[in-house]
Amino acid sequence: MANMTVISRRDFFTRVAQGAALAATGGLVWSYLLNQQARATPFAIRPPGARYEPDFNARCIKCGQCVDACPYDTLKLATADAGIPIGTPYFIPRETPCYMCEDIPCIAACPTGALDPALEDIDDSLMGLAVIDIENCLSWQGLRCEICFRECPVQGRAITVEHHPRRLSKHAMFVPLVHSDACTGCGICEKACPTQEAAIHVLQPDLVQGKIGDHYRLGWTSDTPITHEFNAVGGTAGADTPASGLDYLNEGPP
Amino acid sequence: MSTTRAPLRTGPNGRPVRPFVMPASFAGKLRVWRYLLLRRVVQFGVLLLFLGTVRWGWEVAGKPLLSGNLSASELLGTIPMADPFAVLQIILTRQLPQAEVLTGAGIILMIYLILGGRSWCAWVCPINMVTDLAAWLRRRLGISDLFRLSRNIRYTVLALALALSALSGVAAFEWISPISMLHRELIFSAGLGWTAVLGVFLFDLFILRHGWCGHLCPLGAFYALAGKLAQVRIRFDAPTCTHCGECARVCPEPQVMNLKAASATGMIASGECTNCGRCITICPENTLQFDLRHFINTRQKTDTTESRQRRAA
Repeated sequence: MANMTVISRRDFFTRVAQGAALAATGGLVWSYLLNQQARATPFAIRPPGARYEPDFNARCIKCGQCVDACPYDTLKLATADAGIPIGTPYFIPRETPCYMCEDIPCIAACPTGALDPALEDIDDSLMGLAVIDIENCLSWQGLRCEICFRECPVQGRAITVEHHPRRLSKHAMFVPLVHSDACTGCGICEKACPTQEAAIHVLQPDLVQGKIGDHYRLGWTSDTPITHEFNAVGGTAGADTPASGLDYLNEGPP
Repeated sequence: MSTTRAPLRTGPNGRPVRPFVMPASFAGKLRVWRYLLLRRVVQFGVLLLFLGTVRWGWEVAGKPLLSGNLSASELLGTIPMADPFAVLQIILTRQLPQAEVLTGAGIILMIYLILGGRSWCAWVCPINMVTDLAAWLRRRLGISDLFRLSRNIRYTVLALALALSALSGVAAFEWISPISMLHRELIFSAGLGWTAVLGVFLFDLFILRHGWCGHLCPLGAFYALAGKLAQVRIRFDAPTCTHCGECARVCPEPQVMNLKAASATGMIASGECTNCGRCITICPENTLQFDLRHFINTRQKTDTTESRQRRAA
Protein backbone atom coordinates (compact mmCIF):
# COMPACT_ATOMS: atom_id res chain seq x y z
CA MET A 1 0.00 0.00 0.00
CA ALA A 2 1.12 3.51 -0.80
CA ASN A 3 0.43 5.04 2.61
CA MET A 4 2.62 2.58 4.50
CA THR A 5 4.93 4.35 6.90
CA VAL A 6 8.40 3.24 7.80
CA ILE A 7 8.88 2.66 11.51
CA SER A 8 12.07 2.03 13.40
CA ARG A 9 12.91 -1.32 14.85
CA ARG A 10 12.52 0.08 18.37
CA ASP A 11 9.03 1.38 17.55
CA PHE A 12 8.13 -1.92 15.99
CA PHE A 13 9.04 -3.91 19.09
CA THR A 14 7.35 -1.36 21.35
CA ARG A 15 4.16 -1.76 19.35
CA VAL A 16 4.37 -5.53 19.45
CA ALA A 17 4.84 -5.37 23.22
CA GLN A 18 1.93 -2.95 23.58
CA GLY A 19 -0.32 -5.19 21.52
CA ALA A 20 0.69 -8.25 23.50
CA ALA A 21 0.17 -6.44 26.80
CA LEU A 22 -3.27 -5.28 25.70
CA ALA A 23 -4.24 -8.80 24.67
CA ALA A 24 -2.86 -10.25 27.90
CA THR A 25 -4.67 -7.73 30.13
CA GLY A 26 -7.90 -8.19 28.22
CA GLY A 27 -7.46 -11.95 28.33
CA LEU A 28 -6.93 -11.93 32.09
CA VAL A 29 -10.06 -9.88 32.79
CA TRP A 30 -11.99 -12.00 30.33
CA SER A 31 -10.90 -15.32 31.81
CA TYR A 32 -11.72 -13.99 35.29
CA LEU A 33 -15.27 -13.34 34.10
CA LEU A 34 -15.48 -16.81 32.58
CA ASN A 35 -14.27 -18.35 35.83
CA GLN A 36 -16.86 -16.43 37.84
CA GLN A 37 -19.58 -17.65 35.50
CA ALA A 38 -18.46 -21.25 35.42
CA ARG A 39 -18.17 -21.40 39.19
CA ALA A 40 -21.78 -20.37 39.69
CA THR A 41 -22.92 -23.84 38.71
CA PRO A 42 -23.65 -26.24 41.58
CA PHE A 43 -27.21 -25.23 42.35
CA ALA A 44 -28.56 -25.22 38.81
CA ILE A 45 -31.02 -28.01 38.12
CA ARG A 46 -30.62 -28.82 34.43
CA PRO A 47 -33.08 -30.25 31.92
CA PRO A 48 -33.15 -34.06 31.50
CA GLY A 49 -30.18 -35.55 29.71
CA ALA A 50 -27.88 -32.63 30.53
CA ARG A 51 -24.30 -33.79 30.31
CA TYR A 52 -21.75 -33.56 33.12
CA GLU A 53 -21.71 -29.84 34.02
CA PRO A 54 -18.39 -28.75 32.41
CA ASP A 55 -19.28 -30.58 29.18
CA PHE A 56 -22.78 -29.15 29.31
CA ASN A 57 -21.43 -25.63 29.79
CA ALA A 58 -19.06 -26.08 26.88
CA ARG A 59 -21.68 -27.43 24.49
CA CYS A 60 -24.75 -25.36 25.29
CA ILE A 61 -25.13 -22.62 22.66
CA LYS A 62 -27.76 -20.82 24.80
CA CYS A 63 -30.39 -20.83 22.05
CA GLY A 64 -33.39 -21.70 24.23
CA GLN A 65 -34.87 -24.28 21.88
CA CYS A 66 -35.32 -26.63 24.86
CA VAL A 67 -37.20 -23.85 26.66
CA ASP A 68 -39.36 -23.41 23.59
CA ALA A 69 -40.03 -27.15 23.32
CA CYS A 70 -41.04 -27.64 26.97
CA PRO A 71 -44.84 -27.99 27.06
CA TYR A 72 -45.04 -27.06 30.74
CA ASP A 73 -42.91 -23.88 30.59
CA THR A 74 -40.66 -25.51 33.14
CA LEU A 75 -37.35 -24.44 31.66
CA LYS A 76 -35.87 -20.97 31.75
CA LEU A 77 -32.70 -19.46 30.34
CA ALA A 78 -30.44 -17.97 32.98
CA THR A 79 -30.36 -14.20 32.76
CA ALA A 80 -27.19 -12.22 33.44
CA ASP A 81 -28.09 -11.95 37.13
CA ALA A 82 -29.45 -15.44 37.80
CA GLY A 83 -26.27 -16.71 39.48
CA ILE A 84 -26.28 -19.57 37.01
CA PRO A 85 -24.00 -19.71 33.95
CA ILE A 86 -25.44 -17.10 31.66
CA GLY A 87 -27.95 -18.13 29.04
CA THR A 88 -28.08 -21.81 30.02
CA PRO A 89 -31.37 -23.62 30.68
CA TYR A 90 -32.40 -24.59 34.20
CA PHE A 91 -35.55 -24.95 36.24
CA ILE A 92 -36.74 -24.20 39.75
CA PRO A 93 -38.63 -27.32 40.91
CA ARG A 94 -40.63 -25.51 43.60
CA GLU A 95 -42.05 -23.20 40.89
CA THR A 96 -42.49 -25.64 38.02
CA PRO A 97 -40.99 -29.13 38.16
CA CYS A 98 -40.14 -31.34 35.20
CA TYR A 99 -43.19 -33.45 34.37
CA MET A 100 -41.04 -36.06 32.64
CA CYS A 101 -42.58 -36.18 29.14
CA GLU A 102 -42.07 -39.61 27.63
CA ASP A 103 -40.88 -38.20 24.29
CA ILE A 104 -38.46 -35.77 26.05
CA PRO A 105 -39.07 -32.84 23.63
CA CYS A 106 -36.31 -30.71 25.18
CA ILE A 107 -33.64 -33.25 24.20
CA ALA A 108 -35.11 -33.55 20.70
CA ALA A 109 -34.92 -29.76 20.37
CA CYS A 110 -31.31 -29.40 21.52
CA PRO A 111 -29.14 -28.76 18.44
CA THR A 112 -25.73 -29.20 20.06
CA GLY A 113 -26.13 -32.34 22.13
CA ALA A 114 -25.65 -30.46 25.42
CA LEU A 115 -28.73 -32.50 26.33
CA ASP A 116 -27.53 -35.96 25.47
CA PRO A 117 -29.78 -37.75 22.94
CA ALA A 118 -28.47 -41.06 24.33
CA LEU A 119 -31.09 -40.66 27.07
CA GLU A 120 -34.11 -42.46 25.68
CA ASP A 121 -36.09 -43.36 28.79
CA ILE A 122 -36.98 -40.33 30.90
CA ASP A 123 -36.96 -42.59 34.00
CA ASP A 124 -33.20 -42.92 33.52
CA SER A 125 -32.61 -39.17 33.69
CA LEU A 126 -30.64 -37.62 36.53
CA MET A 127 -31.51 -33.95 36.79
CA GLY A 128 -30.87 -33.94 40.51
CA LEU A 129 -31.51 -35.88 43.67
CA ALA A 130 -34.30 -35.25 46.17
CA VAL A 131 -33.07 -34.69 49.70
CA ILE A 132 -35.36 -34.66 52.74
CA ASP A 133 -34.97 -32.22 55.60
CA ILE A 134 -36.13 -34.55 58.40
CA GLU A 135 -36.37 -31.68 60.88
CA ASN A 136 -39.19 -30.12 58.87
CA CYS A 137 -40.72 -33.10 57.11
CA LEU A 138 -44.31 -33.61 58.35
CA SER A 139 -43.95 -37.40 58.24
CA TRP A 140 -40.96 -37.15 60.52
CA GLN A 141 -43.16 -35.25 63.01
CA GLY A 142 -45.36 -38.33 63.15
CA LEU A 143 -48.05 -37.04 60.75
CA ARG A 144 -49.31 -39.19 57.91
CA CYS A 145 -48.31 -36.87 55.05
CA GLU A 146 -46.52 -38.97 52.43
CA ILE A 147 -47.50 -36.51 49.69
CA CYS A 148 -44.06 -36.72 48.08
CA PHE A 149 -44.38 -40.51 47.91
CA ARG A 150 -47.80 -40.30 46.29
CA GLU A 151 -46.85 -37.58 43.79
CA CYS A 152 -43.57 -39.19 42.75
CA PRO A 153 -43.71 -40.27 39.08
CA VAL A 154 -41.28 -43.11 39.78
CA GLN A 155 -43.50 -44.14 42.67
CA GLY A 156 -42.38 -46.95 44.86
CA ARG A 157 -38.85 -46.87 43.49
CA ALA A 158 -37.57 -43.30 43.89
CA ILE A 159 -39.43 -42.65 47.13
CA THR A 160 -40.64 -45.35 49.49
CA VAL A 161 -42.36 -45.02 52.83
CA GLU A 162 -40.65 -46.85 55.65
CA HIS A 163 -41.78 -47.26 59.20
CA HIS A 164 -39.53 -45.87 61.82
CA PRO A 165 -39.83 -46.28 65.60
CA ARG A 166 -40.85 -43.21 67.56
CA ARG A 167 -39.38 -42.38 70.91
CA LEU A 168 -42.36 -40.94 72.81
CA SER A 169 -45.14 -43.11 71.54
CA LYS A 170 -45.71 -46.74 70.81
CA HIS A 171 -46.84 -45.90 67.27
CA ALA A 172 -44.25 -46.02 64.52
CA MET A 173 -43.75 -43.15 62.08
CA PHE A 174 -44.12 -43.64 58.36
CA VAL A 175 -41.34 -41.65 56.75
CA PRO A 176 -40.36 -41.10 53.12
CA LEU A 177 -37.00 -42.39 51.95
CA VAL A 178 -35.38 -41.35 48.65
CA HIS A 179 -33.48 -43.91 46.61
CA SER A 180 -30.77 -42.34 44.52
CA ASP A 181 -30.73 -45.15 41.97
CA ALA A 182 -34.29 -44.37 40.88
CA CYS A 183 -34.77 -40.67 41.68
CA THR A 184 -34.64 -38.56 38.49
CA GLY A 185 -34.62 -35.19 40.23
CA CYS A 186 -37.77 -34.07 38.44
CA GLY A 187 -38.79 -32.06 41.51
CA ILE A 188 -42.49 -32.95 41.53
CA CYS A 189 -42.06 -33.89 45.20
CA GLU A 190 -40.53 -30.50 45.96
CA LYS A 191 -43.41 -28.78 44.21
CA ALA A 192 -45.98 -30.89 46.08
CA CYS A 193 -44.47 -30.67 49.56
CA PRO A 194 -47.09 -28.91 51.73
CA THR A 195 -44.72 -27.26 54.21
CA GLN A 196 -44.13 -23.50 54.02
CA GLU A 197 -40.66 -24.08 52.63
CA ALA A 198 -40.31 -27.43 50.93
CA ALA A 199 -38.90 -30.08 53.27
CA ILE A 200 -37.75 -32.06 50.26
CA HIS A 201 -35.32 -30.35 47.87
CA VAL A 202 -33.83 -31.38 44.57
CA LEU A 203 -30.10 -30.77 44.55
CA GLN A 204 -27.21 -31.69 42.31
CA PRO A 205 -26.21 -35.22 43.42
CA ASP A 206 -22.54 -34.16 43.69
CA LEU A 207 -23.47 -31.73 46.44
CA VAL A 208 -25.12 -34.26 48.73
CA GLN A 209 -23.95 -37.74 47.87
CA GLY A 210 -21.09 -39.38 49.72
CA LYS A 211 -19.16 -42.43 48.60
CA ILE A 212 -18.45 -45.43 50.80
CA GLY A 213 -15.37 -46.51 48.90
CA ASP A 214 -14.77 -49.72 46.99
CA HIS A 215 -12.76 -51.32 49.78
CA TYR A 216 -15.84 -51.83 51.96
CA ARG A 217 -17.28 -55.32 51.62
CA LEU A 218 -20.85 -55.35 52.81
CA GLY A 219 -21.04 -59.08 53.41
CA TRP A 220 -24.68 -59.02 54.41
CA THR A 221 -26.01 -57.56 51.15
CA SER A 222 -27.20 -60.08 48.61
CA ASP A 223 -25.18 -58.74 45.69
CA THR A 224 -21.80 -58.91 47.40
CA PRO A 225 -20.02 -62.05 46.21
CA ILE A 226 -18.78 -64.38 48.95
CA THR A 227 -15.07 -64.58 48.53
CA HIS A 228 -12.07 -65.64 50.50
CA GLU A 229 -9.87 -63.17 48.78
CA PHE A 230 -9.26 -59.78 50.23
CA ASN A 231 -6.92 -56.96 49.49
CA ALA A 232 -3.56 -56.98 51.19
CA VAL A 233 -2.95 -54.51 53.99
CA GLY A 234 -2.28 -51.10 52.51
CA GLY A 235 -3.49 -52.30 49.14
CA THR A 236 -6.38 -50.70 47.32
CA ALA A 237 -9.48 -52.23 45.89
CA GLY A 238 -8.97 -53.83 42.56
CA ALA A 239 -5.24 -54.30 43.13
CA ASP A 240 -3.62 -56.51 40.54
CA THR A 241 -2.85 -59.45 42.79
CA PRO A 242 -5.30 -59.98 45.64
CA ALA A 243 -3.64 -61.84 48.49
CA SER A 244 -4.99 -65.24 49.41
CA GLY A 245 -7.40 -65.30 52.31
CA LEU A 246 -4.99 -66.36 55.00
CA ASP A 247 -5.74 -66.06 58.66
CA TYR A 248 -4.59 -62.54 59.31
CA LEU A 249 -4.84 -62.60 63.13
CA ASN A 250 -3.11 -65.90 63.59
CA GLU A 251 -0.48 -65.72 60.92
CA GLY A 252 0.20 -62.03 60.56
CA PRO A 253 0.07 -59.95 57.39
CA PRO A 254 1.27 -61.63 54.21
CA MET B 1 -18.19 24.25 5.44
CA SER B 2 -18.77 27.65 3.92
CA THR B 3 -21.75 28.28 1.74
CA THR B 4 -19.84 30.39 -0.76
CA ARG B 5 -17.73 27.67 -2.26
CA ALA B 6 -16.18 29.56 -5.16
CA PRO B 7 -14.52 28.79 -7.43
CA LEU B 8 -16.46 25.58 -8.01
CA ARG B 9 -14.34 22.51 -7.32
CA THR B 10 -14.30 19.81 -9.94
CA GLY B 11 -13.70 16.12 -9.45
CA PRO B 12 -11.01 14.08 -11.20
CA ASN B 13 -13.57 13.33 -13.92
CA GLY B 14 -13.94 17.01 -14.66
CA ARG B 15 -17.47 17.31 -13.30
CA PRO B 16 -18.34 19.79 -10.57
CA VAL B 17 -18.35 18.45 -7.00
CA ARG B 18 -21.89 18.58 -5.68
CA PRO B 19 -22.56 18.09 -1.98
CA PHE B 20 -25.36 15.82 -0.83
CA VAL B 21 -28.60 17.75 -0.29
CA MET B 22 -31.36 16.17 1.75
CA PRO B 23 -34.56 16.36 -0.33
CA ALA B 24 -37.25 18.61 1.11
CA SER B 25 -40.15 16.32 0.23
CA PHE B 26 -41.11 13.41 2.47
CA ALA B 27 -41.02 11.02 -0.46
CA GLY B 28 -37.52 12.18 -1.24
CA LYS B 29 -36.47 11.64 2.38
CA LEU B 30 -37.98 8.17 2.29
CA ARG B 31 -35.86 7.42 -0.77
CA VAL B 32 -32.74 8.50 1.09
CA TRP B 33 -33.74 6.47 4.14
CA ARG B 34 -34.88 3.42 2.19
CA TYR B 35 -32.09 1.06 3.25
CA LEU B 36 -32.14 2.37 6.81
CA LEU B 37 -35.88 1.69 7.06
CA LEU B 38 -35.52 -1.70 5.39
CA ARG B 39 -32.75 -2.64 7.81
CA ARG B 40 -34.93 -1.74 10.79
CA VAL B 41 -37.80 -3.76 9.35
CA VAL B 42 -35.52 -6.79 8.95
CA GLN B 43 -33.95 -6.37 12.41
CA PHE B 44 -37.28 -5.98 14.19
CA GLY B 45 -38.91 -8.60 11.96
CA VAL B 46 -36.39 -11.29 12.85
CA LEU B 47 -36.78 -10.54 16.57
CA LEU B 48 -40.56 -10.57 16.17
CA LEU B 49 -40.52 -13.99 14.50
CA PHE B 50 -38.53 -15.41 17.42
CA LEU B 51 -40.67 -13.62 20.00
CA GLY B 52 -43.93 -14.72 18.37
CA THR B 53 -42.82 -18.34 18.27
CA VAL B 54 -41.62 -18.40 21.88
CA ARG B 55 -44.23 -16.22 23.55
CA TRP B 56 -47.36 -16.63 21.44
CA GLY B 57 -46.74 -20.01 19.86
CA TRP B 58 -46.74 -18.90 16.21
CA GLU B 59 -46.97 -21.91 13.94
CA VAL B 60 -47.18 -22.69 10.25
CA ALA B 61 -48.81 -26.02 9.38
CA GLY B 62 -48.45 -27.15 12.98
CA LYS B 63 -44.70 -26.47 13.04
CA PRO B 64 -43.19 -23.76 15.23
CA LEU B 65 -42.30 -20.83 12.96
CA LEU B 66 -38.84 -19.87 14.21
CA SER B 67 -37.78 -21.52 17.44
CA GLY B 68 -34.70 -20.50 19.41
CA ASN B 69 -32.75 -17.26 19.12
CA LEU B 70 -29.94 -15.77 17.04
CA SER B 71 -27.38 -18.17 18.54
CA ALA B 72 -29.16 -21.21 17.11
CA SER B 73 -32.63 -21.75 15.80
CA GLU B 74 -34.87 -23.95 13.74
CA LEU B 75 -37.15 -22.74 10.96
CA LEU B 76 -40.49 -24.56 10.69
CA GLY B 77 -39.15 -27.41 12.77
CA THR B 78 -36.89 -28.56 9.95
CA ILE B 79 -34.21 -26.10 8.82
CA PRO B 80 -31.49 -25.60 11.45
CA MET B 81 -29.55 -22.36 11.68
CA ALA B 82 -26.69 -21.48 13.99
CA ASP B 83 -24.17 -18.75 14.65
CA PRO B 84 -21.01 -20.12 12.99
CA PHE B 85 -18.73 -18.16 15.34
CA ALA B 86 -20.45 -19.66 18.41
CA VAL B 87 -20.16 -23.15 16.92
CA LEU B 88 -16.48 -22.57 16.16
CA GLN B 89 -15.92 -21.63 19.81
CA ILE B 90 -17.75 -24.77 20.98
CA ILE B 91 -15.59 -26.94 18.71
CA LEU B 92 -12.48 -25.29 20.16
CA THR B 93 -13.55 -26.43 23.65
CA ARG B 94 -12.91 -29.93 22.25
CA GLN B 95 -16.58 -30.87 22.20
CA LEU B 96 -17.94 -32.11 18.91
CA PRO B 97 -21.46 -30.71 18.67
CA GLN B 98 -24.27 -32.61 17.03
CA ALA B 99 -24.71 -32.59 13.24
CA GLU B 100 -27.80 -30.39 13.54
CA VAL B 101 -25.93 -27.35 14.81
CA LEU B 102 -23.01 -27.96 12.44
CA THR B 103 -25.44 -28.00 9.51
CA GLY B 104 -27.08 -24.86 10.89
CA ALA B 105 -23.75 -23.04 11.11
CA GLY B 106 -22.96 -24.13 7.54
CA ILE B 107 -26.29 -22.79 6.29
CA ILE B 108 -25.79 -19.40 7.95
CA LEU B 109 -22.21 -19.20 6.69
CA MET B 110 -23.42 -19.90 3.14
CA ILE B 111 -26.11 -17.23 3.44
CA TYR B 112 -23.57 -14.61 4.51
CA LEU B 113 -21.10 -15.74 1.86
CA ILE B 114 -23.78 -14.67 -0.60
CA LEU B 115 -25.20 -11.62 1.18
CA GLY B 116 -21.89 -10.24 2.48
CA GLY B 117 -20.37 -11.35 5.79
CA ARG B 118 -21.07 -8.26 7.79
CA SER B 119 -24.57 -7.93 6.39
CA TRP B 120 -25.26 -9.69 9.68
CA CYS B 121 -24.04 -6.56 11.48
CA ALA B 122 -26.11 -4.00 9.59
CA TRP B 123 -29.20 -6.05 8.81
CA VAL B 124 -29.79 -8.56 11.62
CA CYS B 125 -27.71 -7.91 14.76
CA PRO B 126 -29.93 -6.20 17.36
CA ILE B 127 -26.96 -4.37 18.91
CA ASN B 128 -26.72 -2.43 15.66
CA MET B 129 -29.86 -0.51 16.62
CA VAL B 130 -28.26 0.42 19.95
CA THR B 131 -24.96 1.54 18.44
CA ASP B 132 -26.67 3.38 15.57
CA LEU B 133 -28.68 5.30 18.15
CA ALA B 134 -25.49 6.11 20.05
CA ALA B 135 -23.79 7.27 16.85
CA TRP B 136 -26.76 9.47 15.92
CA LEU B 137 -26.91 11.04 19.40
CA ARG B 138 -23.17 11.53 19.39
CA ARG B 139 -23.36 13.42 16.10
CA ARG B 140 -26.22 15.52 17.46
CA LEU B 141 -24.37 16.37 20.65
CA GLY B 142 -21.02 16.84 18.95
CA ILE B 143 -19.12 14.54 21.30
CA SER B 144 -15.51 13.87 20.37
CA ASP B 145 -13.56 10.66 20.96
CA LEU B 146 -11.91 10.12 24.33
CA PHE B 147 -9.05 8.22 22.69
CA ARG B 148 -8.14 6.59 19.44
CA LEU B 149 -8.06 2.87 18.97
CA SER B 150 -7.02 0.83 15.98
CA ARG B 151 -9.95 -0.74 14.19
CA ASN B 152 -7.84 -3.86 13.81
CA ILE B 153 -8.10 -4.50 17.55
CA ARG B 154 -11.22 -6.55 16.79
CA TYR B 155 -9.05 -9.19 15.18
CA THR B 156 -7.07 -9.40 18.42
CA VAL B 157 -10.34 -9.78 20.33
CA LEU B 158 -11.37 -12.48 17.84
CA ALA B 159 -8.10 -14.36 18.33
CA LEU B 160 -8.48 -13.95 22.10
CA ALA B 161 -12.04 -15.34 21.99
CA LEU B 162 -10.85 -18.42 20.13
CA ALA B 163 -7.79 -18.90 22.36
CA LEU B 164 -9.80 -18.49 25.58
CA SER B 165 -12.42 -20.95 24.32
CA ALA B 166 -9.70 -23.54 23.86
CA LEU B 167 -8.09 -22.75 27.23
CA SER B 168 -11.12 -22.31 29.47
CA GLY B 169 -13.36 -25.01 28.02
CA VAL B 170 -16.35 -22.74 27.47
CA ALA B 171 -17.30 -20.69 24.42
CA ALA B 172 -15.54 -17.53 25.61
CA PHE B 173 -17.40 -14.84 23.68
CA GLU B 174 -20.80 -16.46 24.11
CA TRP B 175 -20.43 -16.11 27.88
CA ILE B 176 -19.96 -12.34 27.82
CA SER B 177 -21.52 -11.32 24.52
CA PRO B 178 -23.80 -8.27 24.88
CA ILE B 179 -25.32 -9.26 21.52
CA SER B 180 -26.51 -12.61 22.85
CA MET B 181 -27.61 -11.07 26.14
CA LEU B 182 -29.75 -8.58 24.22
CA HIS B 183 -31.60 -10.95 21.92
CA ARG B 184 -31.77 -13.76 24.49
CA GLU B 185 -33.31 -11.56 27.15
CA LEU B 186 -35.60 -9.86 24.64
CA ILE B 187 -36.89 -13.20 23.39
CA PHE B 188 -36.92 -15.33 26.53
CA SER B 189 -36.77 -13.51 29.83
CA ALA B 190 -35.55 -10.12 30.88
CA GLY B 191 -32.66 -9.92 33.32
CA LEU B 192 -29.68 -7.70 33.96
CA GLY B 193 -28.34 -8.29 30.44
CA TRP B 194 -29.51 -4.80 29.53
CA THR B 195 -26.70 -3.39 31.68
CA ALA B 196 -24.16 -4.86 29.24
CA VAL B 197 -26.14 -3.33 26.39
CA LEU B 198 -26.17 0.00 28.24
CA GLY B 199 -22.41 -0.34 28.60
CA VAL B 200 -22.04 -0.70 24.83
CA PHE B 201 -24.33 2.29 24.31
CA LEU B 202 -22.41 4.55 26.70
CA PHE B 203 -19.08 3.40 25.29
CA ASP B 204 -20.22 4.29 21.78
CA LEU B 205 -21.84 7.53 22.84
CA PHE B 206 -19.22 9.08 25.11
CA ILE B 207 -15.97 7.23 24.67
CA LEU B 208 -15.32 6.04 21.13
CA ARG B 209 -17.28 6.64 17.93
CA HIS B 210 -18.41 3.29 16.48
CA GLY B 211 -16.50 1.82 19.42
CA TRP B 212 -18.18 -1.55 19.75
CA CYS B 213 -19.19 -2.49 16.20
CA GLY B 214 -16.29 -0.76 14.50
CA HIS B 215 -13.44 -1.59 16.85
CA LEU B 216 -14.09 -4.36 19.37
CA CYS B 217 -16.77 -6.83 18.35
CA PRO B 218 -15.19 -10.23 17.55
CA LEU B 219 -18.36 -11.46 15.83
CA GLY B 220 -18.10 -8.57 13.36
CA ALA B 221 -14.43 -9.41 12.90
CA PHE B 222 -15.34 -13.05 12.27
CA TYR B 223 -17.88 -12.09 9.61
CA ALA B 224 -15.42 -9.58 8.09
CA LEU B 225 -12.97 -12.42 7.56
CA ALA B 226 -15.53 -15.08 6.65
CA GLY B 227 -17.24 -12.77 4.16
CA LYS B 228 -14.08 -11.59 2.42
CA LEU B 229 -15.23 -13.09 -0.88
CA ALA B 230 -18.94 -12.55 -0.39
CA GLN B 231 -21.11 -11.99 -3.46
CA VAL B 232 -23.25 -8.96 -2.59
CA ARG B 233 -20.94 -5.95 -2.67
CA ILE B 234 -21.30 -2.27 -3.36
CA ARG B 235 -20.34 -1.48 -6.93
CA PHE B 236 -18.23 1.62 -7.56
CA ASP B 237 -18.51 3.37 -10.95
CA ALA B 238 -15.20 5.22 -10.94
CA PRO B 239 -15.91 7.52 -13.93
CA THR B 240 -18.93 9.11 -12.25
CA CYS B 241 -17.21 9.78 -8.90
CA THR B 242 -16.29 13.40 -8.15
CA HIS B 243 -14.48 12.53 -4.88
CA CYS B 244 -16.94 14.62 -2.89
CA GLY B 245 -16.36 12.40 0.13
CA GLU B 246 -19.98 12.20 1.29
CA CYS B 247 -19.81 8.37 1.36
CA ALA B 248 -16.81 8.29 3.70
CA ARG B 249 -18.47 10.83 6.00
CA VAL B 250 -21.62 8.73 6.41
CA CYS B 251 -19.90 5.32 6.48
CA PRO B 252 -19.58 3.64 9.90
CA GLU B 253 -16.44 1.88 8.61
CA PRO B 254 -14.87 4.75 6.60
CA GLN B 255 -11.61 2.86 6.04
CA VAL B 256 -13.43 0.64 3.52
CA MET B 257 -14.16 3.71 1.37
CA ASN B 258 -10.76 3.60 -0.25
CA LEU B 259 -11.59 5.13 -3.61
CA LYS B 260 -8.27 4.16 -5.17
CA ALA B 261 -8.81 0.49 -4.33
CA ALA B 262 -12.47 0.82 -5.30
CA SER B 263 -11.52 2.19 -8.74
CA ALA B 264 -9.19 -0.74 -9.28
CA THR B 265 -11.68 -3.45 -8.26
CA GLY B 266 -14.88 -1.65 -9.24
CA MET B 267 -16.39 -2.25 -5.78
CA ILE B 268 -16.02 -1.77 -2.05
CA ALA B 269 -14.19 -5.03 -1.63
CA SER B 270 -13.25 -4.95 2.07
CA GLY B 271 -14.88 -7.56 4.27
CA GLU B 272 -15.35 -4.84 6.89
CA CYS B 273 -18.07 -3.22 4.75
CA THR B 274 -21.42 -4.04 6.37
CA ASN B 275 -23.56 -3.53 3.25
CA CYS B 276 -25.67 -1.03 5.21
CA GLY B 277 -26.31 1.00 2.04
CA ARG B 278 -25.79 4.43 3.65
CA CYS B 279 -23.27 5.42 0.97
CA ILE B 280 -25.61 4.38 -1.83
CA THR B 281 -28.40 6.74 -0.87
CA ILE B 282 -26.16 9.63 0.06
CA CYS B 283 -24.04 9.59 -3.11
CA PRO B 284 -25.12 12.60 -5.24
CA GLU B 285 -23.75 10.97 -8.40
CA ASN B 286 -25.27 7.48 -8.02
CA THR B 287 -21.76 6.08 -8.17
CA LEU B 288 -22.46 3.38 -5.61
CA GLN B 289 -25.02 0.57 -6.03
CA PHE B 290 -25.60 -2.93 -4.68
CA ASP B 291 -24.36 -5.55 -7.12
CA LEU B 292 -22.91 -9.04 -7.21
CA ARG B 293 -19.16 -9.57 -7.10
CA HIS B 294 -19.43 -11.93 -10.03
CA PHE B 295 -21.00 -9.31 -12.34
CA ILE B 296 -18.68 -6.56 -11.10
CA ASN B 297 -15.65 -8.72 -11.87
CA THR B 298 -16.78 -9.61 -15.39
CA ARG B 299 -17.65 -5.97 -16.13
CA GLN B 300 -14.35 -4.79 -14.71
CA LYS B 301 -12.49 -7.29 -16.88
CA THR B 302 -14.23 -6.21 -20.10
CA ASP B 303 -13.75 -2.55 -19.16
CA THR B 304 -10.03 -2.95 -18.77
CA THR B 305 -9.66 -4.93 -21.97
CA GLU B 306 -11.67 -2.28 -23.81
CA SER B 307 -9.54 0.54 -22.47
CA ARG B 308 -6.43 -1.44 -23.29
CA GLN B 309 -7.66 -1.90 -26.83
CA ARG B 310 -8.49 1.79 -27.02
CA ARG B 311 -5.03 2.68 -25.84
CA ALA B 312 -3.48 0.27 -28.34
CA ALA B 313 -5.51 1.75 -31.19
